[in-house]
Amino acid sequence: MSALQDSLHTFGPQAGHILDLWRLTLLICTAVFTLVLLGFLYAIWRAPKAGPHTPPDLGAFEHSEPTLQRNVIAAVIVSAALLLVLVGASVWTDRVLAQMSLRDALHVQVTAHQWWWEIQYDDAQPARVFTTANELHVPVGRPVVLTLKSDDVIHSFWVPNLAGKKDLIPGRTAQMQFRADKAGVYRGQCAEFCGYQHAWMAFLVVADEPSRYEAWAAGQRQAPPPPADPVAARGMRIFLGSTCVMCHNIAGTDASARKAPDLSHLGSRQTLAAGALPNNAEKLAAWIAEPQKIKPGVNMPAHAFAPDDLHALVVYLESLK
Amino acid sequence: MTRDPAWPDKPDIEPLRNTVPPSAEQILALERTWRDPPGWLGFISAINHKTIGVRFIVTAFGFFVAGGLLAALMRLQLARPESRLIGPDLYNQLFTMHGTTMMFLFAVPVMQAVSVYLVPLMVGARSIAFPRMNAYAFWVYLFGGLMLYVAFAMNIGPDAGWFAYVPLSGPDYSPGKRVDFWAQLITFTELSGLLEAVILITTVFKLRAPGMTLNRLPLFVWGMLVTAFMVLFAMPSVMLASSALIMDRLVGTHFYNPAEGGDALLWQHLFWFFGHPEVYLIFIPGLGFISAIIPTFSRRPIFGYSAMVLALIATAFLSFGLWVHHMFATNLPELGKSFFTAVSMMIAIPSAVQIFCWIATLWTGRLNLKTPLLFVLAFFVILVIGGLSGVMLASVPLDLQVHDTYFVVAHLHYVLIGGAVFPLIGAIYYWYPKITGRLMSERLGRWNFWLFFVGFNIAFFPMHLLGLMGMPRRVYTYPKEMGWGGLNLLSTVGAVMVAFSVLLFLVNAWRSRTHGALAGDNPWGAGTLEWGTSSPPPAGNFNAVPVVHGREPLWEAQPEPTHVSGLAADQREVLVTTVLEAHPDHRVVFPVPTPWPFVGAVATTVLFVGSIFTPWAVVWGMVPVAIALTAWFWPRRRETRAHLALERSP
Repeated sequence: MSALQDSLHTFGPQAGHILDLWRLTLLICTAVFTLVLLGFLYAIWRAPKAGPHTPPDLGAFEHSEPTLQRNVIAAVIVSAALLLVLVGASVWTDRVLAQMSLRDALHVQVTAHQWWWEIQYDDAQPARVFTTANELHVPVGRPVVLTLKSDDVIHSFWVPNLAGKKDLIPGRTAQMQFRADKAGVYRGQCAEFCGYQHAWMAFLVVADEPSRYEAWAAGQRQAPPPPADPVAARGMRIFLGSTCVMCHNIAGTDASARKAPDLSHLGSRQTLAAGALPNNAEKLAAWIAEPQKIKPGVNMPAHAFAPDDLHALVVYLESLK
Repeated sequence: MTRDPAWPDKPDIEPLRNTVPPSAEQILALERTWRDPPGWLGFISAINHKTIGVRFIVTAFGFFVAGGLLAALMRLQLARPESRLIGPDLYNQLFTMHGTTMMFLFAVPVMQAVSVYLVPLMVGARSIAFPRMNAYAFWVYLFGGLMLYVAFAMNIGPDAGWFAYVPLSGPDYSPGKRVDFWAQLITFTELSGLLEAVILITTVFKLRAPGMTLNRLPLFVWGMLVTAFMVLFAMPSVMLASSALIMDRLVGTHFYNPAEGGDALLWQHLFWFFGHPEVYLIFIPGLGFISAIIPTFSRRPIFGYSAMVLALIATAFLSFGLWVHHMFATNLPELGKSFFTAVSMMIAIPSAVQIFCWIATLWTGRLNLKTPLLFVLAFFVILVIGGLSGVMLASVPLDLQVHDTYFVVAHLHYVLIGGAVFPLIGAIYYWYPKITGRLMSERLGRWNFWLFFVGFNIAFFPMHLLGLMGMPRRVYTYPKEMGWGGLNLLSTVGAVMVAFSVLLFLVNAWRSRTHGALAGDNPWGAGTLEWGTSSPPPAGNFNAVPVVHGREPLWEAQPEPTHVSGLAADQREVLVTTVLEAHPDHRVVFPVPTPWPFVGAVATTVLFVGSIFTPWAVVWGMVPVAIALTAWFWPRRRETRAHLALERSP
């Protein structure tokens, strides 16, 4: 779970260009701040000290102050010129961001829900479309175009190591593009306040070498095989016989609801509950039993399974690789 | 009521008119005329702008302390990762209440509150314009704030953020009454704010002392004038937005529902069209305080008066053209966003003009380094950082990284605390002797200042880094693995220091009422009119209304005439002057104290709060409001007679 989430370490062109702009802006702003502060401190240091009864100097009413005037005007002109540089740099960066090449791009739809991410890999052939949740796998070096939608309130998709953020607004469709140039796991998080569990609405972007990515995608397109292990088989029966199926989908079974994260390959994911927990049997059991303890306000209800049943269920779910 | 047979031919009241210098009898009569009545009925009938001003200031600071305590709770929760001290439900209420309190119940009202007290004194008026409306505006503001805190205490405090984005704040995702209380609070504060704007504009335009032409207006008054005009244009936008929200919630309209042809983004446009100017509503009065304090403590008039005034007006205009920089992450057209980048950066220029003019003033002045000036000097460090981080946020690409992160939290606190709260506390130290007749302790003042300055930077500077390191805003907790714990703890330590500093300030303000050194009329040797009367000022502000001959009337030689003679001392008679040149125009008699504005405010409160629960409250609630307003405006026969007598007497 120790993935990066930092806008100062970039692994793709979009975040990289922004970081370059940040460095230029920081440089100019630091210089301006230092100069203003020095001017101000010098003014205080050189001015003679006085008390409330010191007679005021009304010279300014009688004659103009040409030196002061010249200096103030010069300072304003320099400030305006520096601001123009920054506007220019900002617009130029914007242009570069918009011009990223999208040849051979991977198209993915991201739909935000309170408080998880639905991720659907588009394909010209409908049979090759597949859905997952809270974990976006992308091939290194290939551009990715995200189509962003929201199912309920406004959310914002943000992976600082790879790109700036984009809002997902109900009733509107947004797009963003990015590219990961180095293999790794990058953490992202919802950046627009979206209710109780805004804090735990995270996701991972897993950037893999293209061959590994293709292997992963091929695995995701397959329905998981029916469990061979008897405990897991019992877990599957419990899953299909309980209220789990009202919200969740597992490919190849009768569970085909879409209100909650797709569990078809849950066992292959690194986290549970949109980044709130690492994915292991113990945490999964805790999550199923008392989700409100881990993410108060979450839409998943608590389930009072008998310990045996819970164990079987967890074995089954973790076997879905 | 008995009819006076002699009326109107032979007035039975012979007005007592003032002379220059005024006699002891006239001064006594003036005091008796303008004073608020005693007793509990007098308490709710008070309309003197100084009484209302002090109540307003104290109330606003009360909300400041409340909002600060909420912030302290948030800082405690965030001090360590995955803390279980406060859950998401309470945390969301805390930051919503904190933001709402600080923006709507403290920052904007406190500036109006200080001006309610000061502006009439600074322009040489006996009273603020529309004194009854002024009292009404205060009561409405107080009741609105109390409603919000009562709701919070009953665990139905709003929890959708101070910005209440739809659809999260809409009927589907915020069931219950929480957001309705928020939306009605907006109605309360907007009503109060708009009334105050009208009152201040009228006071500045029509009640200035003769000779105070617009280009002799103190810069603080200019600031408040500009602010009042901004209120008139900005606040209707949020009132429209919140009314549409409450209608979506209560009567089933679909302004913001995309499924029925509404638009979620409409809210953001309306809200930020108000919300960005609002930042300047808070910041421009702060600039006004600085422009009042710097000349006094550097013993010279401000450098570049005209440039300063034009900068204020330019800031006000530009502030209406950059609301979209709050929406850079939405899918608005990219090219359009660039224009808002340009305007957002351009607004730095008028601020730069003012900063350079102040430095020029300090450079050529002789400095009296007292606490008020210290607070103003801190402004230079803090606001310049806030302004520069604002320049960063104005850039679309940079904003896409730091938008809605702790970087923005740092930025807005640097701007609002540095640009408004530091100058405000300085202003309180500066004008406290005018209000109470006693100076605040300089020793406590210095402790107060250094704790605040150091604590503030410890609390908020690390947030810049946290934002860049990826920490989003409005999260009730964060994972250990992110490595944000250390900086958050540091920030909490700073927040505790700020809390102590505010405590020292309150202690100082409380104790100095009785223990402070006697101030005399003009303890700082200032040059503006408010220091030309006694401290605290008499009920009618000036024993004789001054005639103004320059920008710093108390510093400059006073040619004849020095004061206005011939205004009634036993009637609330004021002199109305022309807008540009402040030539005497006509005289008008102001209303006397009455409880009806209070009753009207109670009736309005019943209407507003009732309408949260049933739309019919709007209909039936109108009846008591109408009764109160009618009684408020009903002419009294005796007063009319006195006014006529005043008109007829030579």
